[in-house]
Amino acid sequence: MSAGQPPLDSPEIRRLTPVLGPGHTYASVTDKISAIVLTRPTSLGWFIGFGIAFSVVGMLTVALAWLIIKGVGIWGISIPIGWGFAIVNFVWWIGIGHAGTLISAILFLLNQKWRTSINRFAEAMTLFAVACAGIFPLIHTGRPWMAYYMFPYPSTMGIWPQFRSPLIWDVFAVSTYGTVSLLFWYVGLIPDLATLRDRAIERPAKIIYGMLSMGWRGSARHWHRYQSSYLLLAGLATPLVLSVHTVVSFDFAVAIVPGWHTTIFPPYFVAGAIYSGFAMVLTIAIPLRKVYGLQDFITMRHLDNMAKVMLATGLIVAYGYFVEFFMSLYSGNKFDLYLVKMRLHGPYAPYYFALIVCNILIPQLLWFYKMRHNVVVLFLMSIVVNIGMWLERFVIIVISLTRDFVPSAWGRYSPTFWDWATFIGTIGLFVMLIFLFVRVLPAISIAEMRELVAETSEEDK
Amino acid sequence: MLHRSHIHGVMGEFATPEELIHAAKKVREAGYRHLDAYAPFPVEGLSEALGIKRNLVPVLTLLGGLTGGVGGFFFQYWVAAITYPMNIGGRPLNSWPAFVPVTFELTVLGAALSAVFGMLALNGLPQPHHPVFNVERFSHATTDRFFLCIEARDPKFHLEETARLLHSLHAHHVNEVADD
Repeated sequence: MSAGQPPLDSPEIRRLTPVLGPGHTYASVTDKISAIVLTRPTSLGWFIGFGIAFSVVGMLTVALAWLIIKGVGIWGISIPIGWGFAIVNFVWWIGIGHAGTLISAILFLLNQKWRTSINRFAEAMTLFAVACAGIFPLIHTGRPWMAYYMFPYPSTMGIWPQFRSPLIWDVFAVSTYGTVSLLFWYVGLIPDLATLRDRAIERPAKIIYGMLSMGWRGSARHWHRYQSSYLLLAGLATPLVLSVHTVVSFDFAVAIVPGWHTTIFPPYFVAGAIYSGFAMVLTIAIPLRKVYGLQDFITMRHLDNMAKVMLATGLIVAYGYFVEFFMSLYSGNKFDLYLVKMRLHGPYAPYYFALIVCNILIPQLLWFYKMRHNVVVLFLMSIVVNIGMWLERFVIIVISLTRDFVPSAWGRYSPTFWDWATFIGTIGLFVMLIFLFVRVLPAISIAEMRELVAETSEEDK
Repeated sequence: MLHRSHIHGVMGEFATPEELIHAAKKVREAGYRHLDAYAPFPVEGLSEALGIKRNLVPVLTLLGGLTGGVGGFFFQYWVAAITYPMNIGGRPLNSWPAFVPVTFELTVLGAALSAVFGMLALNGLPQPHHPVFNVERFSHATTDRFFLCIEARDPKFHLEETARLLHSLHAHHVNEVADD
């Protein structure tokens, strides 16, 4: 903690870094947020950004089409490395989604007011990240058109999924997570869609927002049920989000491969997920508030809090790395010891050291107040953490699979052009969806901001 | 003036949540029971002021969760032990610890679906049209205005007197709501 900083949570720091800029009314927050969608002309920058993202999605389409034509042989995977990029990217994307649910559900239950202005786009980020994640296991099956085999349905062949397999748990965890995130997001959007319906000038917009808002009229009886429904969803999403990355970690931990078969995996995966997710929220929030002038709503207090969450979860992740290391040494198991040696001296050692630098060393700067309040530093740091978390999954999957028990089963892995095209393609898809979202839906919850106005005006009295 | 049978009610407009709650309490004290309030965000204390008590959403959510969880578990049991048994190293077919993750996910899924669709069904949504939308100023109900509507089906409803009551509670505008 740097010198001269007022004590945490004192009235003074609240005044200096409020969750909402001063002087806002119900109408002003409504105007400002809905104007981005309804009246503000679409800027040239938006078209350029969207165009770039859209062309990257074009590359994704080509990569997927080629994959379906030729099969997974176009990737760098070959036994013993059957997982490769597809699973690295799946785990990375799913992890990113976790921050959205954490912000919208857990911080809601904990009554953290600062979540209000970031929860909507964080939830959108969750949905888009889950969409990107979902692509990978699907195409990794090799015959994606047969993916429905994973769901239990009464087939004429009389076969059923194996419910003892973590891969089937994954199907249920990820599809439930996607569904509940969508419901939570949509329920939160209903009142705002009604606002857009009532404020839209053009008739097509009125009709579309009108249909999406389902005739919401803000009746007190409706709000009464709405609030309990929203609270229950938050309560349900909280254990759900913790379960999803736990189940993802079971994909590894239930196997006996060295470096995977450890009990630290579930908590350490969940912490890593939240870590990378908050990094991605910062990556989106910082340009968003700048471009649309939302500094009054997404204040320095938000960025500061998110940086603190990143620091805390980053330390849990660091602890996870330490325990992995310690358990290998302490167990004396020769395969585990060899894995440690491979991480430090093996062919993929540079990735391991890069991950330590990105995930543990650089984020220590967040201890300093000045760094947490420097937008440029935060933005760069969020990208570094995203890279670090991607490397973490690469290290876990590739080092363990290339060096398991018998030397005759060892191998090497290097991704091909198509691996990279698919991965970068999903980043393009994610960015494109974010661009569309910001343009057609309110990026900040208007109804909740009005509630915040009501609450902060009561505090001032 | 509209004929009584063509009228949904009388609606008063207020500028703050406090005024709305005050008015709702007074209207209920005056003996009216069929009334509803409209606000751009959930107003604390409004449900109490309107005397809204019953809320079936939590019960529905519980039932949905139980259905998902119990159904999910026994479905896995049925698949793994009855209809498609696989002997894996002589281990028990009813390997219930392995069924926990999917049971949990289906509990959450069942509960979440009933929380959302139960809420929508109880609220009667989607409902594209409602008489209150006939009031021109009602479009402000989703921005910064608060409305109290006393419905014509209330036995105490009387067009002029009810409107007078809303005026006496300092409603900024009082409108008749056409019923079509």
